[in-house]
Amino acid sequence: MSDVTATSVMTGNEAAAAAARLARVQVIAAYPITPQSPVVEQLSAWVESGELDAEFVAVESEHSALTVCIGASTVGARTFTATSANGLAYMTEQVWWAAGARLPIVMCIANRAMAAPWNVLNDQQDSMSVRDAGWIQLYCRDNQEILDTTLQAWRIAERLQLPVMVCYDGFLLSHTVMPVTVPAAVEVDAFLPPRAAPLTVVDPDDPRNIGPVVLADTRADAEGILRPGYMEIRASHHAGLLEALDVIPEVDAEYGAAIGRSWGGLTWEHMLDDAELVLVAAGSLATQLTVAAETLRSEGIKAGVLGVRAYRPFPVAALRAKLAGRKGALVFDKALSYGYEGPICTDLRAAMCGEPDAPLVWGAMCGLGGREVSPDQLADAARRALADGHAGVRDRPTDWINLHPEL
Amino acid sequence: MTGGRAAIIVRMREQNTYAIRWHGRGGQGAVTSAKVLADAAFRSGFAGVMSQPSFGAERRGAPVTASTRLAREPIRDLSQVTEPDIVIVLDESLVALGGPTAGLRPGGLVIVNSPGSASDLGIEDATVVTSDVTGAAEAADLIVGGQPMVSTAILGAVAAATGLVTMEAVEQAIEHAFTGSAARKNIEAARIAFECTAKGA
Repeated sequence: MSDVTATSVMTGNEAAAAAARLARVQVIAAYPITPQSPVVEQLSAWVESGELDAEFVAVESEHSALTVCIGASTVGARTFTATSANGLAYMTEQVWWAAGARLPIVMCIANRAMAAPWNVLNDQQDSMSVRDAGWIQLYCRDNQEILDTTLQAWRIAERLQLPVMVCYDGFLLSHTVMPVTVPAAVEVDAFLPPRAAPLTVVDPDDPRNIGPVVLADTRADAEGILRPGYMEIRASHHAGLLEALDVIPEVDAEYGAAIGRSWGGLTWEHMLDDAELVLVAAGSLATQLTVAAETLRSEGIKAGVLGVRAYRPFPVAALRAKLAGRKGALVFDKALSYGYEGPICTDLRAAMCGEPDAPLVWGAMCGLGGREVSPDQLADAARRALADGHAGVRDRPTDWINLHPEL
Repeated sequence: MTGGRAAIIVRMREQNTYAIRWHGRGGQGAVTSAKVLADAAFRSGFAGVMSQPSFGAERRGAPVTASTRLAREPIRDLSQVTEPDIVIVLDESLVALGGPTAGLRPGGLVIVNSPGSASDLGIEDATVVTSDVTGAAEAADLIVGGQPMVSTAILGAVAAATGLVTMEAVEQAIEHAFTGSAARKNIEAARIAFECTAKGA
């Protein structure tokens, strides 16, 4: 860490590790998996050299990695882990536990395709598959946003007592270098003070039973006080996620005031003002869409980009406001709910359903298992959608980009 | 080569963005080359730099590529470079396989690690610059596991042939990526390659 703000060229994984160090994370537990491994390799090196005063717990599996974070977070530590794909799948039981226990753990996901077939490359199927587990999910468009969002994540997590996944595209960001400005430690310390004593702290003088069975109905505790049942706890958890719709933009603005960069809160946009066709995506794909939109603009097509930064909670009101009155929205997903369609597409359709001035919402599938996606291909997909729209098509199947269906 | 070094530099500087594709063999360090070049370009004044590996299987000796983009504004295209302005080849034997010239823009620049002359490589419709980078690595005693390491040395050739990055920036970027004697040897090798490329032009 530096006393001064400095810009250098680094990978997305290095940006994530730099953020964890700046956050003065206290416990890190992780199991290596491509493309995440360099994050925790860097952190373990800093712990070994004494540059980071943290416990690094090497574990035998991702399930144990998150379990260690759950234990450490329960007793008040600021905790961090990172994983990808099958590692995330392997820890899934504890992903639910961390959220249900309301622990402010931050986990970076270097997004990678799920096996089988075996593949180490990028798509967003891994994190999308646990979207319902009760974590906040934020998607990053470039390496600077990875650093800034990871720092914001602890502030959001600790305000709401909710875990946060910071998702960024494997290899496309995790292993790609670009300039990243690392803020001075003193500025980050002012933005992100040490974690306040948690509600769940274990204190021998005030013993608690943590994680008791909670059945269907409310019931009285040992002192005779009526306590919530499972459904009340889940409703409270849901309310926390919905509160994040306010907290995420607030923290982004606080970060902007403290550090000098903000990222749009829940969503971000590019040339959206008078756009008739809106291209929608999360992560680095949306960055590439900005290039495609500029190409389309040069052809006289009024295209713009709406980036989804917060996927859970899903920013329904923000998306409705941004899309009202547009002719069409084309959603590019890098994940698929097999037998249906892309998850962002489904969610956006539902959000717009019944709105009086809703655009047509169509889906496109791309980049699965690291399949290359170029701005030209994205622009072509937009042109196909426009042509179908002009031809009067209303109901349209998902457009698979750069697919060779004959194989 | 066709045209002198000065002519290449002038043409390169007329562009706002540069798409660069690296060709090497697994183990040669093309990904390291690409990363360090991005750093050197940032230090040379490019606000937008991006380098990424290609995302295939990792096998020692197999042909590998990496992509670098340099621009005056942040890079937003994260796809692999398929139509390069500049191609950099760490292993001369890859030229005959055809990969390095695939998609090369007309009048593009090809920099090849070779002790031979550019005209012997049979590359058409491009400016070709050769540099004995392997010899530079050997002269600097930059040998790892019996193999001369060309990944940083070739940056001296790139600085000389393109003028897009300064040798000072290359040396700073190498110092950032390596420490101690490794940094010293890598810098020396890059300097030797810079000198021999300049003379060749």
